[in-house]
Amino acid sequence: MELWIWILVACAVAYATKLAGYFVPGKLLKSPRMTRVAGTMTIGLLASLTVVNATAAGQSVVLDARLGALAVAAVALWLRAPFLVVVLSGAAAAAGLRMLGWS
Amino acid sequence: MKLRESPAFKVALSLSFATGLYGVSFGALSVASGFDVWQTMALSLLMFSGGSQFALIGVVAGGGSGIAAMTAAALLGLRNGIYGMQMNAMMHPRGWRRYAAAQFTIDETTATALGQPDPHEQKRGFWTAGLSIFVLWNLFTAVGALAGDAMGDPKQWGLDGASVAAFLGLLWPRLKGREPWAIAAACALATVLAVPFVPAGVPILIAGVVAGTLGWLSHGRSDEGMEPDVDPYGHGHGHGQAHGHRGQD
Repeated sequence: MELWIWILVACAVAYATKLAGYFVPGKLLKSPRMTRVAGTMTIGLLASLTVVNATAAGQSVVLDARLGALAVAAVALWLRAPFLVVVLSGAAAAAGLRMLGWS
Repeated sequence: MKLRESPAFKVALSLSFATGLYGVSFGALSVASGFDVWQTMALSLLMFSGGSQFALIGVVAGGGSGIAAMTAAALLGLRNGIYGMQMNAMMHPRGWRRYAAAQFTIDETTATALGQPDPHEQKRGFWTAGLSIFVLWNLFTAVGALAGDAMGDPKQWGLDGASVAAFLGLLWPRLKGREPWAIAAACALATVLAVPFVPAGVPILIAGVVAGTLGWLSHGRSDEGMEPDVDPYGHGHGHGQAHGHRGQD
C-alpha cells in the first residue's frame, strides 16, 4: 500500500515537471545553466543506477554475476546492438555465469 | 500533404516501435523488482517517462525506500521540464491540448519535433510520436509485465543482469565526448563509495547532487545529456549530428 502512494506521488511530480515547462515563464527555465544541470544530472543518475544495480546488495558492494552482465552489455552497445538485444544479452550473461557456479 | 507522405509521420511511427520494445523490458523488470502488474501499468500510463520509470523500480529493487525511489525518478524527469519549455515555444498549444502535450513531453517526442524544419511537420511529428509511443509503450509494458509475472524466480533468468544492461543502455547514447564520460565516472565512483555508509537508494541521490553540482559549476554544452534513448533520425553516436537537431528553439 505504501508503495502505491509513492508511485502515485512520483507520477504526479513527473507530470507537474512536464507541465511546468508549458506554464513557467520561458526565462526561468531557459537559462543555459538550468538546461545543463538537468542534462548532467541525467548522466550522473543513470551512471549511478547502473553501478548500484551491478554491484550493490543492500549496504555492501558485491562482485557477482551482474558484473559479467555489465561487461557483456557494454560490448553489445559498443557493437551498436539495439536496446532489446543489449538487455537480453545482459540477462543471458548473468544467468549463464550463475549456471557455471559464479553466484 | 498527405499523412503517408509526411516525413515526421514516418519517423514517429518507426520510433514508436523501437521505443515499444523498451516497454517489454520495463514491464518484465518492474515485476521482477517486486511491483505487481497494476503498479507497473500505472507507471507506464501515468508517469510515461522511461528513464524515470526505470529509476523508480531500480531503487526499489536495490532495497531503497519509496521516498528515495520517488526522488530519483523526479530528478531524472527534470529534463522533461526543459523539453516542455522548448515544445511550448515551438507549438504554442492552447486549452486542453497543453495538458495533453505535457504528458507526451519526453526525449523521443521532443527529438522528433526538433528534427523537422517545417513548423507544420514539427507539430505533426510531436503529436504522432506522442500518441503512437504512448499506445505502444503501454501495450508492450503489459506484455512484459505479464510475461515477467509468469517467469518465476527472476535471478534464475538473469533479470538482475538485464536491469544492469538496461541502465547502461539508457546511459550509453548520452556518453558522447570526454565530458559526459568524466561526469559518469565521477558519479559511479561517488556511488560505490557511498553504498556502505548510507541506506540503499541514497547513493543514487548523492550521485545526482554530484552531477548537478558539476553541471552548475562547469561550462560546456548546454544540452549535455539531453540525447533521446532512441534517436528518431538514427544518427547513431555522432556527436555533431545529435547536437544539430537539439540546438533550435
